[in-house]
Amino acid sequence: MDFNDTPEEAAFRARARGWLEKNAEPLDPSKVAPNEMGEREDAATIRRCKAWQAKKADAGWACITWPKEYGGQDATPMQRVIFNQEEAKFRVPPNIYAIGHGMLGPTIMAHGSPEQKKRYLPSMLRGEEVWCQLFSEPAAGSDLAGLRTSAVKEGTDWLLNGQKIWSTGAHFCDWGMIVTRTDPSAAKHAGLTYFIVDMHSRGIEVRPIKQINGASGFNEVFFSNVRVPDSNRLGAVGDGWRVALTTLMNERVAIGAGTGSGRFKDLLRLAKQTRRNGRPAIEDSAVRQKLADFYVRSKGLQYTGYRTLSALSRGQIPGPEGSIGKAVGAPLGQQMAAFAVELQGALGAVADKELAPQEALWQEAYLSAPGLRIAGGTDEILKNIIAERVLRLPPEIRVDKEKPFRDIPSGNITK
Amino acid sequence: MNFEFSEDQKLVQKTARDYLAEHSGLGVCRAVLESSKPYDSGLWKGAAEMGWLGAAVPEQFGGAGLGYLELVLIAEEIGRALAPIPFSSSVYLATEALLLAGSEPQKKKYLPRLCSGELIGTFAFAEGASDLLDPGFVSTRFDAGRLSGEKVPVADGDIAGLGVVLAKDAKGAPCLALVDLGGSGITRTTLESFDPSRSQARLRFEGATAEPLGDAGKGFQIFERVLDRAAVMMAFEQLGGAQRALEVTREFTMNRYAFGRPVASFQALKHRMAEVYCALELGRSNAYYGAWALSSSAEELPVAAAGARVAACDASSLSAEEMIQLHGGVGFTWEYDCHLYYRRAKLLGLALGSAAEWREKLIRRLESRDAA
Ligand SMILES: Cc1cc2nc3c(=O)[nH]c(=O)nc-3n(C[C@H](O)[C@H](O)[C@H](O)COP(=O)(O)OP(=O)(O)OC[C@H]3O[C@@H](n4cnc5c(N)ncnc54)[C@H](O)[C@@H]3O)c2cc1C
Repeated sequence: MDFNDTPEEAAFRARARGWLEKNAEPLDPSKVAPNEMGEREDAATIRRCKAWQAKKADAGWACITWPKEYGGQDATPMQRVIFNQEEAKFRVPPNIYAIGHGMLGPTIMAHGSPEQKKRYLPSMLRGEEVWCQLFSEPAAGSDLAGLRTSAVKEGTDWLLNGQKIWSTGAHFCDWGMIVTRTDPSAAKHAGLTYFIVDMHSRGIEVRPIKQINGASGFNEVFFSNVRVPDSNRLGAVGDGWRVALTTLMNERVAIGAGTGSGRFKDLLRLAKQTRRNGRPAIEDSAVRQKLADFYVRSKGLQYTGYRTLSALSRGQIPGPEGSIGKAVGAPLGQQMAAFAVELQGALGAVADKELAPQEALWQEAYLSAPGLRIAGGTDEILKNIIAERVLRLPPEIRVDKEKPFRDIPSGNITK
Repeated sequence: MNFEFSEDQKLVQKTARDYLAEHSGLGVCRAVLESSKPYDSGLWKGAAEMGWLGAAVPEQFGGAGLGYLELVLIAEEIGRALAPIPFSSSVYLATEALLLAGSEPQKKKYLPRLCSGELIGTFAFAEGASDLLDPGFVSTRFDAGRLSGEKVPVADGDIAGLGVVLAKDAKGAPCLALVDLGGSGITRTTLESFDPSRSQARLRFEGATAEPLGDAGKGFQIFERVLDRAAVMMAFEQLGGAQRALEVTREFTMNRYAFGRPVASFQALKHRMAEVYCALELGRSNAYYGAWALSSSAEELPVAAAGARVAACDASSLSAEEMIQLHGGVGFTWEYDCHLYYRRAKLLGLALGSAAEWREKLIRRLESRDAA
C-alpha cells in the first residue's frame, strides 16, 4: 500500500503538467473552482470544447486509456486519473464528451465490428463528432427494458419510430446510441436491439427540455421513419439488453466519479466567510460537526475510487461495487449544497452571482443536485443494485419478466 | 499509488481469521460477558503465541517485526470475532506509547513482556466525563516520582500490570507516567461495563511510585499522537465487527420468512442493508488511508486518523443498530448475539473519545493544515 506516486507515476504527472502549463491557464487554488454545471452549452462553448479536445488529441492526451489504433495511448487507468487530476487544476472548457468517452466508446469497443470501431472511435476521441445516449423513454426510465421505440427491418435498413426523452446533449450531437424494440412478441429483455444512429438523419426531431436549474441540457427526441442501415447495428438482433448493460455499467462508474462531493474546500471557505451566533460560522460547533461529516464522506468516496483503481490496475473489471460512488456521492452533493445555502442565511435565497457568496455556486449546485440523484440510475435503483448484486439479497419480484412484451400492462402516467 | 494490501498481508489476515474462528467463536465472548471473568486468558495466550501482540514491534524488543499494515488486519479480525481480550489497551495504546516515547531502557524492560503477553498494558487518561480535546480535564498529579489522583474509566484497568498515566507535573504541565499497577498506593475497582466482555475499572493513585515517560512538558502531545495511532488500529477493529454484523444480519434475513417471502426480499430492508454496506465501505476507505499514513509515518496522519475514527464510529454504530432492528424481536433477546455487536460497537466507539470529539479534532487539524 502506497498513496504516493511511484517514480513512473510522478514522471508521468510531471509530463502531463508540463503540457497543460504550456497549453492552458492554471486555476488560482485560493479561488473557487469554476462551476461546470452552470455553464451553458451555446454554440461558442461547443466550439471551445471541440478546440480543446482536438488540441489534446494532437498531443496524445485524449482518451489516453484507449488503444493506440483509435488514437489513444494504451495508458493505464492510473495514468488517466493522474491526467484528470492535473487537468482539473486548469481552466478548461466543460466536458461535453463524458457520455461518449466514458460510456459509448467503451460499448463500441466491447461489441462493435472492426469496421464500426474504425469508423467511429477515432473521430469520437478527437471530439469532432459528439455522441448522445438515447435510452430513456417517457414510459421507460428505471425500467429501461420496458422501452417501446420500435425498429422494423426493411431491406438492408431498419425503420425507427417512437420517442426518447432526457437525452443529454442531443441538440448538439452528431451520433446517438439507441436501444429499440425489434420483437414485441418476445419477452421484455429479449426483444431489444442496439443501434448507432446519425442524429442528422431525416425524421429525427430534437426538442430541448428546460430543467429546474434553467439550463436545457437534455431533450425529447422524436423518431418518425428514421432509416438506419443494418451496418449500424451494434451486437446481434435481440441482444440489445446485453449491449446496453455495458453502457450502464460504465455510466455508473463515470457519473459516480464526477458527483459534486469534491467541493469541500469551497464549503470550508464559505464557513469562514459567513457568520452564525455572532461569530464566524466556522467557530460554531454544530457547523464544525457537519463539516467533519461531509469531509469524511467525501474523502471516503475519493479513497473508495482509489481502491477501485488499484483493483483495475491489477486487471480486475469494474463490478457493481462502483455504484457506491453515485449512491453516496449524489445525495452528499445535495446535502452539502443545502448546508452551504443555509450558511448564507437570508442571502442563501438570492441566486445573483454578484451578490451571493462564491458566485452563487451553491444556489446553482442545490438546483442541479436533484438531477444527479436521478440521471444514470436513481438512488433507489442504485441501492437495489448494491443489495442484489453486491450483497446478493433476493431480486425484486417481477411480474413482467416472462410475458411477451406486448401483453405487459402499462400505467396511464407517461411523460 | 497502490491502495491495496499485499498478498502477504492478506495471508496474515487469513491466518488470524482462521485461528479466531477456531478459538474465539462467539461463545468465548459470551462466556466472558456472562461471568465475572474480565477477559479470556487462554485466548490472550494464543494471541501472544501467534505473534499478534508484538506484530509491529521491532524484533530487538521481542516483537515480530512485521508492520502496521499487518497489525491493522489482525485488529480487523479481533473485531470480527468480538475477541474478549485487552488487545486495544495493551497493543494500540500501552505498546504504542512505549514505542513512541519510551527510553531505550524502558523499551527493553517492558516491550518484550508486552509482546509475550505476560504483561498487559493500558493507558489511563480519562477522568470522568472528560473532554479529551483539551488538557484541562487532567487533575492527576505526578510529582517527585509519585502519582496521586483518580482515573476513570480505564479500559482493562483491573487486569493490566502496566499503566501509562496522563498526569500533570508540579508546574501543572501535562506529562506521562509509567506505573506498575500491581504496586502499592493503588486501588483498583472493576466497574460495571456497558460491554461486560471488555472490562473497565477505576484506578485510584495515592502516592504510587511511577517513572516518567517521554519528554517533560510534552505529555499531551504524546497522548494525542498515541491516540491517533490507536484510532487507526481501532478503526479496523470496529469495521471488523461491523462487517460481521452485516453478514450475520444478511444470513438471518435471508432465512426468516414473512408474508411468504424471505424478509431480506423486502426493499425497505434491502435498502437499509445497502446503506450499511455504503457506510462500511466509506469507513474502510478512510481506514485504509489511515493505515497508509500510520505505516509510512506520513504527515497526514493526524487528519487521516481522525477521518478513520469518525467513519468507523459511524459505520459500526449503524451496522449494530440495524442488526437488532432487522432481526425483529429475537434481536432484542439476551440469547441472540445481536447485543454483543451492539455493546462492543459502542464501547469501542467511545474508548478513545466519542466520534463528536474526533469530528472536532478533524476540523481543528484541517484548519491548522490550511494555515500552514
Ligand atoms: C439530468 C438528467 C440527465 C439524463 N440524461 C439521460 C441521457 O443522456 N440519456 C438517457 O437515456 N437518459 C437520461 N436521463 C434519464 C434517466 O436515466 C432517468 O430519468 C432515470 O433512469 C429515471 O427514470 P424515470 O425518469 O422514468 O423515473 P421513474 O423510473 O419513473 O422513477 C420514478 C420514481 O420511482 C422510483 N422507482 C422506479 N423503479 C423502482 C424500483 N424498482 N424500486 C424502487 N423505486 C423505484 C424511482 O427511484 C423514482 O423515485 C437523464 C436524467 C436526468 C435527470
